[in-house]
Amino acid sequence: MTVAVIVFPGTNCEHDVVHALGVLGCHAELVWHKETDLAGASGVVLPGGFAHGDYLRTGAIARFSPVMTEVARLAELGRPVLGVCNGFQILCEAGLLPGALVANRSLRFICRPVHLRVESTGSVLTAAATIGDVLRIPLNSYQGGFVAPAPDLAALEEEGRVMLRYCDPDGAVTDTANPNGSTGAIAAIANPAGNVAGLMPHPERAVEAILGSSDGAVLLGSFVAAAVAVGVAP
Amino acid sequence: MRVRVGITRRSGLSDPEGVETQRALSDLGYTEVSDVHFGRIITLEVEASDPTDAVRRVEEMCARLLANPVIEVYTVEVVG
Repeated sequence: MTVAVIVFPGTNCEHDVVHALGVLGCHAELVWHKETDLAGASGVVLPGGFAHGDYLRTGAIARFSPVMTEVARLAELGRPVLGVCNGFQILCEAGLLPGALVANRSLRFICRPVHLRVESTGSVLTAAATIGDVLRIPLNSYQGGFVAPAPDLAALEEEGRVMLRYCDPDGAVTDTANPNGSTGAIAAIANPAGNVAGLMPHPERAVEAILGSSDGAVLLGSFVAAAVAVGVAP
Repeated sequence: MRVRVGITRRSGLSDPEGVETQRALSDLGYTEVSDVHFGRIITLEVEASDPTDAVRRVEEMCARLLANPVIEVYTVEVVG
């Protein structure tokens, strides 16, 4: 069982993701964005960073990287696909998830732990979590404000596809606890099938207590379990 | 021919740069200003048989790459 961690020019969180998946007992390999065959991958992670320098828009050029056709094919097959931070932005640009990420309302880069409330367990990101759980995970982004056209937002809410919301330490979703101005305090969403998910915070930086929090383990652990269930031979 | 693309945020979506700039203009006394939106201008040198053809091709480029139709609107014009 191997998870493909995609590396674009400018990606910089790939080693963190491979390490974190390893801590959770999952073998992962780095895959260059020019790769066109991911048939042997039981799951795909698009890690954070600045793919293609974030030129034009975050994720705009990365979505046309050769590997993205294959990522879309695996998503269609139902294999777990996770986008973290810049990876989330790429999934939105690629149309695998709705909406887009825009500049934080503070117009400042945010790099600090935030609290997240689990809203749904219907995705490869949250299947092992419990609704109402409050997780403390680092956020590290400038363009982290989630926006989407009204019909897409309504569908996300009505279909229970909002996976995580920014909240205060007690789990209350308030405007002051919303670090970047995301619509509906949305921090993570999934596609209708739940196998494609994206989030702005970095669970891979929170899987070991020595790093200040291991709350990300339940999220990446959900993803690993989904990848194991696929059972593709390496 | 020279084609200019103007891209701005869809109205109704948050535009923090625009809000902050409108506030700064207001502080300077320009209180008549509202609804400030930031955008990008991209100029392209395009080989085309006629301006209509150039605009059609660049509009296609906007829809596919240069703009994100989810959050942005664009204008295309031949400028030389």
